Amino acid sequence: MELYTLTASEMHELLKTKKASSVEITNSVIGRIDDVDATIGSFLSSTFDSALDTAKTVDEKIARNEKIAPLAGIPMAVKDNMCTKGVKTTCASRMLENYIPMYDADVVAKLKKADVPILGKVNMDEFAMGSSTETSYFKKTRNPHNIERIPGGSSGGSAAAVCADEAVYALGSDTGGSIRQPSSHCGVVGLKPTYGVVSRFGLVAFASSLDQIGPITKNVADCAKVMDLIAGHDEKDSTSFNIDYPNYSANLIPDAKGLKIGVPREYMGKGISEDVSAVIKNVIKQYEDMGAIVEETSLPLTDYYLAAYYIIACAEASSNLARYDGIKYGYRTKDFSDLTDLYKKTRSEGFGDEVKRRIILGTYVLSSGYYDAYYKKAQQVRTIIRNGFSDELDKYDLLLTPVTPDVAFKFGEKSSDPITMYLEDICTVSINIAGVPAISVPCGVNRENLPIGVQLIGKHFGEPTLLRAAYAFEQSGFFTPQKPQIKSVKGSK
Amino acid sequence: MMDYETIIGLEVHAELSTKTKIYCNCTTEFGGEVNTHTCPICTGQPGVLPVLNKKVVDYAIKVGLATDCSITPLGKQDRKNYFYPDLPKAYQISQFDLPICTNGKVEIEVDGLKKDIGLTRIHIEEDAGKLLHEAVDGTLVDYNRGGVPLIEIVSEPDLRSEEETREFLNQLKAILEYLEVSDCKMQEGSLRCDVNVSVRPKGQKELGTRTEMKNVNSFSAACRAIKYEAARQIEALEDGEVISQETRRWDDDKGKSFTMRSKEDSHDYRYFPDPDLVAISIDEQWIKRIHDELPELPRAKVERYIKIYNLSDYDAGQVAGNKAMADMLDEAVKLGASAKFTCNWLLGDISKILNDKNMEASEIPFTARHIADMISLIDKKTISNTAGKKVIDELFDSPRSVEQIVKEKGLAQISDEAALLSVVDEVLKNNEKSIADYKKGKTNALGFLVGQAMRLSKGKGNPQMFNDMIKRKLDSL
Repeated sequence: MELYTLTASEMHELLKTKKASSVEITNSVIGRIDDVDATIGSFLSSTFDSALDTAKTVDEKIARNEKIAPLAGIPMAVKDNMCTKGVKTTCASRMLENYIPMYDADVVAKLKKADVPILGKVNMDEFAMGSSTETSYFKKTRNPHNIERIPGGSSGGSAAAVCADEAVYALGSDTGGSIRQPSSHCGVVGLKPTYGVVSRFGLVAFASSLDQIGPITKNVADCAKVMDLIAGHDEKDSTSFNIDYPNYSANLIPDAKGLKIGVPREYMGKGISEDVSAVIKNVIKQYEDMGAIVEETSLPLTDYYLAAYYIIACAEASSNLARYDGIKYGYRTKDFSDLTDLYKKTRSEGFGDEVKRRIILGTYVLSSGYYDAYYKKAQQVRTIIRNGFSDELDKYDLLLTPVTPDVAFKFGEKSSDPITMYLEDICTVSINIAGVPAISVPCGVNRENLPIGVQLIGKHFGEPTLLRAAYAFEQSGFFTPQKPQIKSVKGSK
Repeated sequence: MMDYETIIGLEVHAELSTKTKIYCNCTTEFGGEVNTHTCPICTGQPGVLPVLNKKVVDYAIKVGLATDCSITPLGKQDRKNYFYPDLPKAYQISQFDLPICTNGKVEIEVDGLKKDIGLTRIHIEEDAGKLLHEAVDGTLVDYNRGGVPLIEIVSEPDLRSEEETREFLNQLKAILEYLEVSDCKMQEGSLRCDVNVSVRPKGQKELGTRTEMKNVNSFSAACRAIKYEAARQIEALEDGEVISQETRRWDDDKGKSFTMRSKEDSHDYRYFPDPDLVAISIDEQWIKRIHDELPELPRAKVERYIKIYNLSDYDAGQVAGNKAMADMLDEAVKLGASAKFTCNWLLGDISKILNDKNMEASEIPFTARHIADMISLIDKKTISNTAGKKVIDELFDSPRSVEQIVKEKGLAQISDEAALLSVVDEVLKNNEKSIADYKKGKTNALGFLVGQAMRLSKGKGNPQMFNDMIKRKLDSL
């Protein structure tokens, strides 16, 4: 068994018992990247030297018999929209192609403090806008289970890297499904925490009221470990909650007995593929077999989810992305006649089509005369959605739905029609609007052996219950994800 | 020509003197090497988040309480979106519909008439950076000022003249100075205002169309701008034209305003609540804490000066209108000086010197102790009034103890009759004509002779004694 195939928990055991060093583990994963990344295309930049330096530090600590943190010495990857001091942070955009931050995002600072070797920055949809990683300015990332297909998005690089064993785990960000959907498509575990549980400081903003950083991991136990590292109050983020944070790993027991699970019928109806529907129904049965109480239920205004989501997300994005104006940093057009021309050309050339589409939409819905009809209305819908979730989650410990209507699609299949692409998020966006946590857990495959995930939705700060339910399911042996077969194109990197 | 009435409303921006900026920990200090008072947050780097400096809310509440405003229990912060290179995020965090303070007033008094000028609102926001056009190659930008906290004070259209406007601005400035929330230095741009002007025929109820003038950099410029703009509008109306609602730029050098943009071209700022910030909840306790910190305010001071210090209405208003002067007066009185004398010195010689040197009262290089000491020496007749003026001159040049100045410059007054007698004899010997005049009934000849005696004694003789001695001699001749 190659070291790179192991989970973080398994690696930690090896490190603790001195059966493998962090340098060995890190080199193994780097070797894997060298082997497969020419095919998969997860990484936008690599920081192997500093990762190995960190690995050495950890090995020295182990040699001195010092206690090491649960994730110390275990190499991982960071989505390229989280600022890394001195290392390019591009958001997969031409606009920030050469942007080098002068500070670390709060999560990156936490990783560094915990002696985590960071392998590099991974691909994504441009400014996290997309569901397939196809809007990246730089390159395609391929689904390791079928390289003709997209890995999902926007955290496609993060999910593909973990799936292909190019990283033991990764950080992604989720605004409307950007962690859960690629995790589902790649057959890995992805958690979008409660809004305000992980600091957004240093996460390049797409839609500030919806964005949340979270882990993408090989299994549920690793997910809990990453949460232990990244969750917590941060004074630099006004929307960060100042509460007592639980130890997410401590209460991880494989027990779903007595859990009350609601299944909103609106998520199981039209638009959901036969295969996904069949797998989810079996998952529901499995939970019942494990002693959970499952009931069908209903959530209000589901028809308005996408509209409300895209209005709010685009409105915030139009303002958040206004700072990329060619004045202070980032891309600037070569020829311009005056200030307005500089702005126009810089932004026309620096942003891709999807980003421009959303900026224009967002600008429109905030314009005077339209604000009440769109933005204000969307905020009212948001309140109803929040209340709806809150009512349901008063009745149930968690809700269960599919993550996506279908499995990973082929490149180009949905890029011509934005609405079709937006429908990819139909099961995930409402969770961001409600601000509650949700996890995507691998639960089966379709006829073509492509991964399918189940989404579990928890109460505000309900991550421990969510992780417990996911862990119980994973440990039940109902479904064991298979490693993808990837052809090595050694040395081509 | 019809009789017109001018309607004026102001938007005053005051930079707050908090130690750090509104959303980051950079210093707010004025000056400093270009772009050194900056960080990732105030330069709008990708991924940064603002955290509100609570002191800014404290200061806004303070100004609100001092101007009889209602304080909102729930405030929020909104983004005002527009592109300009001095605005690093391409939006300014400001307040749209829930400002910290609403519905206040400032009392003014012009020609003995008291009047309340309404305040619509006071809100908090961040300042922008500064463009440097004098750069050799193109335009550069300095973000040192970016993120410095501001309050915007918006008045009702209650002002009717330049005099009222000037008085309102003076009162407002005094309040801000008393509260110690702003430096109020016009030349450093810490106090700026936009002026809204409209005119209407006297007696008409509806307001005329207003224009807004930007770039007004001093109180006197505000008055000039109002005078010009009102005249321009009246002339246009008389010519049968229609006033268009627009933003105009005031050019103080040319003494004219110019169209900047019409209403159609006005920005759509696309205000919306800033999702990076949380609501500001202000409870009774917070308001009470600020209330308890409020100092005595200008209006209360004026009343006290009139009642307790027996100053005239005018003098009381003048001194109280300037915090540095008022502080000096109160301090000097505490040290035993007469309020009336101190006030005379402050509004007389000291104000004159400040004026000549183009200095603010807050820049006076000496203390109330110096004034009190000087007045005490005059009271004791150790020095004359004239010598007192010299002491003040010296204090402005290089502050040191009054006693030392009197000693160094030999300003002590001679009150020894024997010593003065020789001077008196000398004067009388040399001014026979004046003696004759006096004898003829020209009493002002006495004053001339005393003056001669003072000159001969190099200003050191006690003038009252000279007066008495010379008069006695003349009457006995």
